[in-house]
Amino acid sequence: MSVQPASSPKQPPSLWARILDSDILASFLRSKVTMVAAVIVLVLFIGAAFSPWIAPTNPFDPATVFLADANIPPAWQDGGDPKFILGTDDQGRDLYSAILYGLRVSLIVGLLGVALAATIGITLGLLAGYLGGRVDSLIMRIADVQLTFPAILIALLIDGVVRGIFKGANREDTALYVLVISIGLSFWVQYARTIRGSTLVERNKDYVQAARLVGLPAPLIMLRHVLPNVIGPVLVILTINLALAVITEATLSFLGVGLPPTQPSLGTLISIGNRYLFSGDWWIVTFPGVTLAILVLAVNLLGDWLRDALNPRLR
Amino acid sequence: MSFKTHCLAAVAALALMCGAAQAQTLRYANQGELKSLDPYTVNETTTNAHLGHPYEGLTARGKDLKIEPALAEKWEISPDGLKWRFTLRKGVKFHDGSDFTADDVLFSAERVRATGSNFTTRIPTSAKFVKVDDHTVDVVLTAPNPILNAQWDTWYIMSKKWAEANNAVAPTPAAATTPSHASLNANGTGPYKIESHQPGVKTVFKFNENYWKKIEGNIKEIIFTPISSDATRVAALLSGEVDVIEPVPIQDIQRVNAAGNAQVLTGPELRTIFLGFDQTRDELLESSVKGKNPFKDVKVRQAFYQAIDIETIKSRVMRGLATPSPLMIAPELFPTAGFTRAKFDAEASKKLLAEAGYPNGFELGMDCPNDRYVNDGQICQAVVGMLARIGVKVSLNAQPKAQYFAKVLKPGGYKTSFYLLGWTPGTFDSHNVLYDILGCRDVAGSSRGESNLGNYCNKKVDELTDKILVESDTAKRNAMIGEAYKMTVDEFSYIPLHQQALAWGVSKKVKLAQRADNSVLLYYATKEQ
Repeated sequence: MSVQPASSPKQPPSLWARILDSDILASFLRSKVTMVAAVIVLVLFIGAAFSPWIAPTNPFDPATVFLADANIPPAWQDGGDPKFILGTDDQGRDLYSAILYGLRVSLIVGLLGVALAATIGITLGLLAGYLGGRVDSLIMRIADVQLTFPAILIALLIDGVVRGIFKGANREDTALYVLVISIGLSFWVQYARTIRGSTLVERNKDYVQAARLVGLPAPLIMLRHVLPNVIGPVLVILTINLALAVITEATLSFLGVGLPPTQPSLGTLISIGNRYLFSGDWWIVTFPGVTLAILVLAVNLLGDWLRDALNPRLR
Repeated sequence: MSFKTHCLAAVAALALMCGAAQAQTLRYANQGELKSLDPYTVNETTTNAHLGHPYEGLTARGKDLKIEPALAEKWEISPDGLKWRFTLRKGVKFHDGSDFTADDVLFSAERVRATGSNFTTRIPTSAKFVKVDDHTVDVVLTAPNPILNAQWDTWYIMSKKWAEANNAVAPTPAAATTPSHASLNANGTGPYKIESHQPGVKTVFKFNENYWKKIEGNIKEIIFTPISSDATRVAALLSGEVDVIEPVPIQDIQRVNAAGNAQVLTGPELRTIFLGFDQTRDELLESSVKGKNPFKDVKVRQAFYQAIDIETIKSRVMRGLATPSPLMIAPELFPTAGFTRAKFDAEASKKLLAEAGYPNGFELGMDCPNDRYVNDGQICQAVVGMLARIGVKVSLNAQPKAQYFAKVLKPGGYKTSFYLLGWTPGTFDSHNVLYDILGCRDVAGSSRGESNLGNYCNKKVDELTDKILVESDTAKRNAMIGEAYKMTVDEFSYIPLHQQALAWGVSKKVKLAQRADNSVLLYYATKEQ
């Protein structure tokens, strides 16, 4: 047993090297389904992020939309117009552009909503697990109560309350924030419960005791010492919840309490198309619907893979 | 008879009974909800038609819209036209069993004109109701009014005793946040009682066995539910889940007719759909223009008018089922020949806006219902697009009619800058349009202009309107009406859009008379087994 000279400490491997070396990458490369899902998610994210440059028209700008172009079928059908590959909706918006822009709105709402839910959930979970006692009981009872209601119901309730608060404001300006808040507040429970569980295990371990003995303040211990060790499972929930959040956004928009028809998300587009389901204008509901389904499926597959990859028992 | 025939007879009788029992229930779905049962809350055709089942007026209108006696058996007008004597029907009972008397008429006349009522134009403010005896009422006027009772078919008579006992003497305003007893219950004299009412969810009407008249239909029970989604409403009709829907989305008319078990009753509707401007506030509530109101400038109103491509709205949004209108009234009610719409010309609009001092346009809020008129939400969206092309950035607030009306109508304080509304004159006469929609608002002691949400005001129009009211020579009267309309058209008082078409979806099992004012009245309905 030799002692390392203090002057030349062994360099810890770089982050990139650790990733390349990890089981995670190996398991990723082993699973074809996951790779396909990842590629699809990547394509959709890029499409959403760069929609203003990719999309041929801007469907959010009413000045560029002509009502005379309404309800045109996809380009390959009779009566189609090569200008509108996937056809147009009832206002004459190019569906391909509307889907790209709608995807962007859906993903922004989904990501921000999940971020808000995770922030609230992780904070409350850490507090509950680390402090214990009354704080723990209070937070976890609130969580239990909320768990007894379906998330969509809570989201609808919060949507109504928040809209009541923003009463005077214009719906077009506030719709996005209202959705993010409703989704954030309806999904935090899972994070809180997961984090609390792991924190309960971690807080009695030696390194935490040591930190406490040194006299570090509690917030610092929670953030710097406990959090990094309990964050793993949260990554899995984050991924799966992104799909759930996108679905919730679509549901709320479909029900008419989400994004207004002037700024359509995927859910709003589906709700618009639903009106024309019986009259033969199938494309308005089909293309946004298929896009939503593909996005959610791909994200879910990624989430599943991540769960398996991070679970030591399945390795 | 053998045992077998006995059995067969029994089964047949049972089947008949079941069939009969089923046939008496009719399920009806409308795109909009029924919130308040208080008959003075919202003056809107659909709601008035719903409430025409439990309630009745002194007069009624038949299938052809002609005035008929109802709670009043007959009426006479004094030679000077200042006194109307109404003889009330005897032996009529309210649903709670109490008798209908002159006291109820006097009470209803007060209540309908009280604060919070949306029906104050039904009776002139200065008219006095005098009880002669229990079944005779005199209405004393300060000026002759030949069309006094023309809208009384939807001035529903309420029970004085019931209202007083249930703390419902004051009308429930549309903007009220807590329901009153009268908004959750109904006690009228009409052919149907309210069996149960969940606001905005479901209302069940039961036939009133003690109704004073024999009704034409055979429906014993009506179950009303709102179904706001177009596709769901059509699916419910086609699957037989509901028997009557209103409206059938125009894109689905062919599909419903082709389905075989239902049909679409269509016809021209007397309703005019139009856009209105707030022309009264010194600064618009929802606009980027501060310190002044752009709509006070006729050039801006004209610019808006000429920016609207009505033909494209007709062909694309309305799929041909609309008649573009130059006037605020349907051609069936007043000959619109001689009037034409200002031409659609976006370039001219831009020029006009620049001349008015808005070369770059401005921002504006717009209010719109999305479950009231045929494709109302889509029309508004199309308008937003057309205005965007002349530089006006409109943020659209399209909401269900309950919230919409609570915001823009009188009880809500006319809180709108630019809006879409539809109007059928309740009297089926131009005077109503000139008085309610085109008359100056906010004159003390008068209900003029109650539905003139933007308060377009021209005193000359008002003077003519008063003359039109008392003129009995038809040719002269029409000339004056034409003159009044001309002034309002020249000033671009409103942007009339079109008359929409009626489209009711009716199961083949049901026979139903379609009234041109779009009132779905199910006491006309017969349902086969």
